[in-house]
Amino acid sequence: MIYGRRRIFVPLMMLLGFCFLYGPIVSLIVYSFNSSRLVTVWAGFSTHWYSELFHNDAILTAALLSLRIAAISATGALVLGTLAGFVLARYRRFHGRGLFGSMVTAPLVMPEVITGLSLLLLFVSLESIIGWPQGRGVLTILIAHMTFTLAFVAVVVEARLSAFDMSLEEAALDLGARPLKVFFVITLPLISPALVAGWLLAFTLSLDDLVITSFVSGPASTTLPMVIFSSVRLGVSPQINALATILVATVTVVVVIASRLMLTNEKRPPA
Amino acid sequence: MPLGGDGGAPYLRIEGVTKRFAGHAAVNNVSLDIGRGEFFALLGPSGCGKTTLLRMLAGFERPDAGAILIDGQDMAQVPPYLRPVNMMFQSYALFPHMTVASNVGFGLRQDKRPKDEIATRVSKVLDLVHMGRHAQRKPGQLSGGERQRVALARALVKEPKLLLLDEPMAALDRKLREETRFELVRIQNRVGITFIMVTHDQEEAMTTASRVAVMQSGNIVQVGTPREVYEQPATRFVADFIGAVNLFDGKVVEARDGAVSVIVEGLDVPIQAQGAPLAAGTAVSLAIRPEKIVLTAAKPEGASNLVQGVVREIAYRGDLSTYRIDLPSQKAVRATVPNIDRLAGPAVEVGQQAWLSWSVSAPVVLTQ
Repeated sequence: MIYGRRRIFVPLMMLLGFCFLYGPIVSLIVYSFNSSRLVTVWAGFSTHWYSELFHNDAILTAALLSLRIAAISATGALVLGTLAGFVLARYRRFHGRGLFGSMVTAPLVMPEVITGLSLLLLFVSLESIIGWPQGRGVLTILIAHMTFTLAFVAVVVEARLSAFDMSLEEAALDLGARPLKVFFVITLPLISPALVAGWLLAFTLSLDDLVITSFVSGPASTTLPMVIFSSVRLGVSPQINALATILVATVTVVVVIASRLMLTNEKRPPA
Repeated sequence: MPLGGDGGAPYLRIEGVTKRFAGHAAVNNVSLDIGRGEFFALLGPSGCGKTTLLRMLAGFERPDAGAILIDGQDMAQVPPYLRPVNMMFQSYALFPHMTVASNVGFGLRQDKRPKDEIATRVSKVLDLVHMGRHAQRKPGQLSGGERQRVALARALVKEPKLLLLDEPMAALDRKLREETRFELVRIQNRVGITFIMVTHDQEEAMTTASRVAVMQSGNIVQVGTPREVYEQPATRFVADFIGAVNLFDGKVVEARDGAVSVIVEGLDVPIQAQGAPLAAGTAVSLAIRPEKIVLTAAKPEGASNLVQGVVREIAYRGDLSTYRIDLPSQKAVRATVPNIDRLAGPAVEVGQQAWLSWSVSAPVVLTQ
């Protein structure tokens, strides 16, 4: 009896869960092919909004800028975050370790408004004291994005390194490899899934950040989330649906490729 | 046991080596000489310092005091990547992203050997451990026993002066472990490299090593051949740790002509034993191996040591049976009887009275 009920209950809950999670996205994608200007009225299939999107210079410029910022800041965050994660995982005892650890991970729990405001204040006072950075723009956005995304990279890398079998590095040392070579030949390839995951995480976070970016951006540096947000306030255009659909498709492809890569890398003996 | 074949100085000399962790001495002023080509085992319970000592030989830990001389050269401050020493790790530590062949060739590549030399040496050593067919596999595709042999090949291929083995068989199942012991001895004989093995398994140490050092809380308590350590344990700890033993605490009542009588608590008659002359009244322990106790249903004639007890338990172990006998003093004694004898003679069953006897040479007199 119980089994009979469970056979209906579990799939039902799962269906509801999926609807809750993906229903809005599906409707967003469906209405991107709507020929009507009204987002809530279906008036037939059309790719009209896609062609209009590709002629919208403001959105295209913002999208390119966002992708560039996301790629550069994710790469910077990967380098800094890996160093931080390495230090946290390997050097268990040094002066100020507790402070360092909590400062690195602070952006994970800090409200974005506060991170954004404090960065803005920092940039303003830096400019008045040493004259750098001049004004707000792409550079300040990059610095801000690296600051908060490196926390995520550090956490991912630290977790991977904590589970790392130290005897692998010792074995390489024992066989005659110097410490720096051991890092590049043994450690780095083995933590590469975590590095890929960390980079993708940083990339996505940077790509869709609105709050912190709004604080530290300048006149010539409007990112995609800022364009979307301000255009939605004037009424939702189906162009935004089309843009969102392209973004969802891109993210899906990247995530699928990344998880495939990780799977082939993870085929290792049970620890 | 002679040290090595060429006489002279020992191949590995450990002199007064001490290592402290947070004030606690994990290895305490240990000195040890090991000869060329020996198969040496460091044996002891976990936490006795044997692994720390091995890691100091490999260079992963620096001694706080003392010297480590390999072939006459002091190694104490030399980093692991410059030592003529290779180690086989307990977890095997095979690089999961490399094939078997590139795992084994890793050490030779670090030495910048020519490509064809690496290829021939790798295939030679893989053949030695019967892994030639699996050269292109990844470690994840191998069984536990195969991984163990690859790890051994990787440590052997550079022909180190010392090969260190950290619990080499701990991760194998029992049957495989027994085969591997013989295999390890065969390979060691073939290559002639000095092997130093760390193990907590006394049977493993006894069956493979030519000499054994027994360690206890950072100190070496006895060094000798497996036979010496088993037959003539130096302390109660060694007697108890190596194999099964019955320990009786008592006092010497009489000693002359290399024989002692020891009065043991709970027994009316003193136990006769052979041993160095000791003053009457000295507190000693007598160690008697279970297989040296003769168990009979009827009272044997002319036995030098004889006690009576009640059989409480019989554990059948295939080749032998282990009896637990309670003496009148409630002290439990273990005796093993080969099943070939047990089935031939009159049976002693649980709950029956039995006579225990042993020769004067059976007990080992221990003063510490």
